[in-house]
Amino acid sequence: MNYNWNWAIFFEMSPEGTGTYLDTFFWGLGWTISTSMLAWSMALALGTVVGVLRTTPYPWVVRLGDAYVELFRNVPLIVQMFLWYFVLPELVPKAAGDWLKQLPNASFYNAFIALGFYTSARVAEQVRAGIQSLPRGQRMAGTAIGLTLPQTYGYVLLPMAFRIIVPPLTSEFMNTVKNSAVGLTIGLLELTGRARAMQEFSFQVFEAFTAATIAYVMITITIVLTMRWLERRVAIPGFIAAGNATR
Amino acid sequence: MAMIEIRNVSKWYGEFNVLKDCSTTVDKGQVVVVCGPSGSGKSTLIKCVNALEPFQQGDITVNGQSLCDPATNLPKLRAHIGMVFQNFELFPHMRVLDNLNLGQTKVLKRDRATARDRSLELLKRVGLEAHAQKYPGELSGGQQQRVAIARALAMDPIAMLFDEPTSALDPEMINEVLDVMVALAKEGMTMMVVTHEMGFARQVAHRVIFMDEGSIVEDTSKEEFFGSPRSERAQQFLSKILHH
Repeated sequence: MNYNWNWAIFFEMSPEGTGTYLDTFFWGLGWTISTSMLAWSMALALGTVVGVLRTTPYPWVVRLGDAYVELFRNVPLIVQMFLWYFVLPELVPKAAGDWLKQLPNASFYNAFIALGFYTSARVAEQVRAGIQSLPRGQRMAGTAIGLTLPQTYGYVLLPMAFRIIVPPLTSEFMNTVKNSAVGLTIGLLELTGRARAMQEFSFQVFEAFTAATIAYVMITITIVLTMRWLERRVAIPGFIAAGNATR
Repeated sequence: MAMIEIRNVSKWYGEFNVLKDCSTTVDKGQVVVVCGPSGSGKSTLIKCVNALEPFQQGDITVNGQSLCDPATNLPKLRAHIGMVFQNFELFPHMRVLDNLNLGQTKVLKRDRATARDRSLELLKRVGLEAHAQKYPGELSGGQQQRVAIARALAMDPIAMLFDEPTSALDPEMINEVLDVMVALAKEGMTMMVVTHEMGFARQVAHRVIFMDEGSIVEDTSKEEFFGSPRSERAQQFLSKILHH
């Protein structure tokens, strides 16, 4: 292979004229982190609400929740991003559409909203599974001491359900970070976008993607370690299903 | 005075008729034992009393309040009916003390100190004050069930429902739970108890209800039930469980 390794490329000015390649990398990292964190917060909040709705005793509410999940998880993420970014501004009244198109950082807003909705459907599915994995008597016990339905969820069902689904939620959190790379298709200059730009400007493809890979791995390892710490932190003495408290 | 009045209650799970026109009353201070073979609907009936299970026909009133009346605040009514489950159903993520405090602070709106005092008093009563800071998973089955009884009592109930409270316990733990229940009965608590513990029925029950295939087959005083069961099915059932 005839490849001219040049790690010093990171300290050369990027042709955009705004800083070195290394600087552009860190901006990309910043967009990746902010897009995935916002999307994840949104997914966790929406997913919890929808997941809860899908376990309520009201059939039409359950169906509504089911429809939400199927809508957002059955369409590829990249298609959803295109729909939010290219199609939505054409569907709304012209003034609103123009406003959307002229938004500064429009690709960032569209990327985290699309990713947030997409991930929320998956979180909703896990929250539902977590709640349904609890013994049926738990809900009854909460109800029997006079708790209202929202109180039963808040004090009895969700604290246990979340402990049980920490491992799949960890994977989902990591997926959110990795999926944020799809944002480059609507012009978000996140980490992968920056690596590609560097490859195109400098032809140093290996350096560019090595750096991106390392950055992604650092983020996901941080997530794994944080979630493991959290899992141990909330483990219940004498209760085996959540964490390894008894082992 | 009737504390619990069940009038012509029928319930279906789809096509399956689990309760067939059941009627009975539990007077204030009475202990009524409900027994019968598995699948006879006794657990379903007792869960109907605090509206944990919906029913399609008939009515149940507790302390004069009808469960079917839309004006009845069900959570409020349930707060005053203690319920003890077969599988304890303590909240595993809360310490024993917090299991007892939850209903008191969130439903009865007691302040934390009052709730705590009441909880500790009840834990002492069931002999578990030393375990107040433990989690349910660290206790034995018998201890967990006693905590569950204390949790129900913490709400100062006007009646207590027991749904097979000793069925999930190892034999050596049954008595510690029954002792607590006997003490409660002797204090004049209104109790409806689904159980196969005929010794308990003999000792404290005022009446025994025998159910079979969703119907109340017998509803008699204890003396009459153990003396001369009238239905053949009840006689068969008794001869099976009173052998040893």
